[in-house]
Amino acid sequence: MVDFSLWDIVRNLLLAARWTVALSAIAFVGGGLVGLALLVARIARWPGARQGVGLYVQVFQGTPLLMQLFLAYFGLALLGLEVSAWFAAGLALTLYTSAFLTEIWRGCVDAVPKGQWEASASLALSLREQLRWVIGPQALRIAVPPTVGFLVQVIKGTALASVIGFIELTKAGTMITNATFQPFTVYACVALLYFLLCWPISAWSRRLERKLHRGR
Amino acid sequence: MVTLDFGAVLAEWPLLLRGLVATAVLTAVSAVVGVALGVACAWARSWGPRPLAMVVAAYVELIRNTPFIVQLFFLFFGLPSLGVRLSPEAASVLAMVINLGAYAAEIVRAGVDATPRGQVEAGYSLALSRAQVFTRVVLPPALSRVWPALTSQIVIVMLGSAVCGQIAAQELSYFANLIQSRNFRAFEAYIVATLLYLALAVGLRQLLRWAGPRYIFGR
Repeated sequence: MVDFSLWDIVRNLLLAARWTVALSAIAFVGGGLVGLALLVARIARWPGARQGVGLYVQVFQGTPLLMQLFLAYFGLALLGLEVSAWFAAGLALTLYTSAFLTEIWRGCVDAVPKGQWEASASLALSLREQLRWVIGPQALRIAVPPTVGFLVQVIKGTALASVIGFIELTKAGTMITNATFQPFTVYACVALLYFLLCWPISAWSRRLERKLHRGR
Repeated sequence: MVTLDFGAVLAEWPLLLRGLVATAVLTAVSAVVGVALGVACAWARSWGPRPLAMVVAAYVELIRNTPFIVQLFFLFFGLPSLGVRLSPEAASVLAMVINLGAYAAEIVRAGVDATPRGQVEAGYSLALSRAQVFTRVVLPPALSRVWPALTSQIVIVMLGSAVCGQIAAQELSYFANLIQSRNFRAFEAYIVATLLYLALAVGLRQLLRWAGPRYIFGR
């Protein structure tokens, strides 16, 4: 039997934490882009966009992320695609993130006073110009703190990818537990690493929030 | 060519029903105890003695910045090495209570802190004790202020409970998994389970919206 020191455990967990960070980044960037597209579709009042995006948001916010991961994993296999855990997890988390971000950002756009829309429209700005020069910058200011805060949810969400066999921090913890029979130590280390990843972001989000409110 | 066979999954409806009931029970117990814990923690942070407030702050930060699945695994796999052995269901309820307690604490505290000073002073001037002022004057309007947020959080915890199937707690996702292992209709089984979760989420939201003003923070 191989002996694992505490450092061996932590070192292996740190190596696996890279994939937690990578998956979070993919989900956050991908989700941000899809969320932005959905937001624009909603603002531009494309026919059916309001109901369609509303339903999309409701479905992703009203079902467990775990089920979404399973559906991505087995659904893609059903379509005859060779699915890796990477692809299924990336896809499910991207869609999940996009549903939350588009809803957060819509709230931010709604928080911009209506007069701003009317004033910019009366200056004959097109919708694109309105969003780029008038509404966007104001909404962005409000949007930063909750968006950063949601990043923490994404990082925690990636832990579920372990269930479909994606090897990240949580899955590595399970594997190391099976090798060392020290679940208490290993899961405490796993929790600590997640905490070290998430807590600075939470604190940053709170500080941004305070700054925003002081500014007004 | 993709062929879907929902019949094979729906034929197992007694299992799905058991899972649905189990998830509902799990959520109900955790919601009641978790919100109570949240209120107690909110009291400790805003009204309690300083050392207690700091302990609670640490608890809240720790729980809010780690994934639920890790908390669950820690309780279920980690605690036995300290001599505490929990059944999957007990570990699930405990994890959900601890998780909801931390989030509810932050939510309720926001409501408590928004209480105008004058109301607290008015309570004291009527010779109410500190405990009475908190439970009778501060808490009911505070809960009513934050009820929508609290409702969302309870729904999130209910959805999170799908993870409990991973430690073999017999709830909805566990039975979905069992069904797909029997008939190899994985996609269909998870679609049905997902729709049941969606229905539970919508129903729970309605229930809480209805029950809150009637039973929790009164009139």
